[in-house]
Amino acid sequence: MNYLEFEKPLAEIEGKAEELRALARANPEMDVEKEAQALDAKARKLLRELYANLDPWQKCQVARHPDRPHCKDYIEALFTEWTPLAGDRNFADDHAVMGGMARFDGRPVMVIGHEKGHDTRTRIERNFGMARPEGYRKAIRLMDLADRFGLPVITLVDTPGAYPGKGAEERGQSEAIARSTEKCLQIRVPLVSVIIGEGGSGGAVAFATGNRVAMLEHSIYSVISPEGCASILWKDAERMREAAAALRLTAQDLLALGVIDRIIPEPVGGAQRDRKATIAAVGEAIGEMLEELSGRKPGQLVADRRRKYLDMGQKALAS
Amino acid sequence: MNWITNYVRPKLGSLFGTRREVPENLWIKCPECGTMLFHREVKENLNVCTQCDHHMAISPRDRLRALFDGGAFVEIEVPEPVHDPLHFRDQKRYPDRLKAAQKATGEKEAMLVAEGALGGVEVVAAAQDFSFMGGSMGMYVGNAMIAAARRAVERKRPFIVFTAAGGARMQEGILSLMQMPRTTVAVEMVKEAGLPYIVVLTHPTTGGVTASYAMLGDIQIAEPNSLICFAGPRVIEQTIREKLPEGFQRAEYLLDHGMLDRVTHRKELREELITILRMLLGLPPAVKGDLPEPEEEEAPQNASEEAKEQAEAKDGGPKAAASAPASEAAEKPKR
Ligand SMILES: [Zn+2]
Repeated sequence: MNYLEFEKPLAEIEGKAEELRALARANPEMDVEKEAQALDAKARKLLRELYANLDPWQKCQVARHPDRPHCKDYIEALFTEWTPLAGDRNFADDHAVMGGMARFDGRPVMVIGHEKGHDTRTRIERNFGMARPEGYRKAIRLMDLADRFGLPVITLVDTPGAYPGKGAEERGQSEAIARSTEKCLQIRVPLVSVIIGEGGSGGAVAFATGNRVAMLEHSIYSVISPEGCASILWKDAERMREAAAALRLTAQDLLALGVIDRIIPEPVGGAQRDRKATIAAVGEAIGEMLEELSGRKPGQLVADRRRKYLDMGQKALAS
Repeated sequence: MNWITNYVRPKLGSLFGTRREVPENLWIKCPECGTMLFHREVKENLNVCTQCDHHMAISPRDRLRALFDGGAFVEIEVPEPVHDPLHFRDQKRYPDRLKAAQKATGEKEAMLVAEGALGGVEVVAAAQDFSFMGGSMGMYVGNAMIAAARRAVERKRPFIVFTAAGGARMQEGILSLMQMPRTTVAVEMVKEAGLPYIVVLTHPTTGGVTASYAMLGDIQIAEPNSLICFAGPRVIEQTIREKLPEGFQRAEYLLDHGMLDRVTHRKELREELITILRMLLGLPPAVKGDLPEPEEEEAPQNASEEAKEQAEAKDGGPKAAASAPASEAAEKPKR
């Protein structure tokens, strides 16, 4: 278990319980179970309290937690006949972006998402979920394919942002993102998005301009990272806690602002504490969102998406 | 490594918006070649250095005056967005930053939208103002793009946009990010109506602006040596830990890499836009001699403009305004 900084008191209690049990395993005559269970209860209570009151910066940490389920985990658990489709037909295949056809509840769909990787090797291979232009161009190609054959598009967003590299800029990072957002707006099939971790700036928008956008309870979606914002506005990257609060990047704030359509609840202690339940909840939400859009005419889906974004921004936060 | 640790502090100098700092009759120093230039002469040359052709910033108002026939245009009203929707506060309150920018520039916001004739063709044009909070794109700029697009479609006119921005406006949080899809919808409306959408990228155009309406033009033109990028050069250098090549992310570099149609000198832009528009619209060539020269001085507007300039000179000019560009790319451009 990877503990976050604010989970330290929890780590202590859970550590103590674990120690006791280890001790008992080594000395079978010792009876520690009652004491250990008391610690368990204390830990559960603390966990519930911590996660009921996460501040925006803590949410950022949870959203970036390495043990959260990632795109690949959702694809493997929620879809059948997963058939990855590679390449932008132009330069390369971007491994930061997973894309392909699959069946959801038996129905063919197109799935596109950012994959961060889960260990050093896969993180490097996936470029930490930071797509290059080829990733967006692959997504554009797959959205076109979905459009031609009437497959709903499901996107899973989890990226720190687009990759700030030399080649990425030379090959038109901006243009690729702009075209991907444009493609999201053009396709005549339902587009359903879930922010499963980090929705980092333009790299997220390029996939998440959908008919329905959902966010996991402790995921974030922001124009800039709290660290980046703090270094520009506070002239001190260490003031990310304040920046995170000011940016209003939580799912709860985004719902209040009318930017997203729904929040998918996470298990107590966050997605990383019960990956299976989290994945199931996301699957259920995707099913419901697709259901809401079923039967809509292609033209209506495009018109709805446009109207939704043109009208966005009428709501202010209460305080 | 993540997106996050790679940001650098912007250093915004007085490089931008020299027009607003320098009273008439004074000399200004070209930031590129160091030559002392007579202010009025530079202004007549559309803020391009008469010695080295360095393109300095030009205000949206001056830009549009230089664009339209006879310098005449009518402003298009932009719907007011919700005021400070996040109640954003860093070291300053967002409304205070806005007020300071308004005072320093004499403009309401970071984009000016207008309509008028260009080589006899009625067009809608929008110009972005880097000296207004780094030209940053918030709800107002989104509304401006939508208002411009709607007018273009309603009157069947081409739409030309001059971009200049440090990126999205952080103080509007997620709503500034949502201007990427919003402005893309605006572009879509113009294109669907079969009307030309022309982008002129000016120095600097970065971040979410480049990654939305600034890269979706039917024709993509840039002013010489403009910085055009998504992530800024300093961020990239810190990420990849190597020195970037000379001219990286400049207009000419993008042209070489296939990202632009043309790089055009500011003084030739007007004629070039006329030529392109008339071809796209299937009109006969313009009779150049018939075109009235854009007028330098315009009595009613100009009087107030001068008063404004003088007032601002006292207030310390646009430095106060350009305090918060939203993108990592909004560092002081090295020319
Ligand atoms: Zn010069």
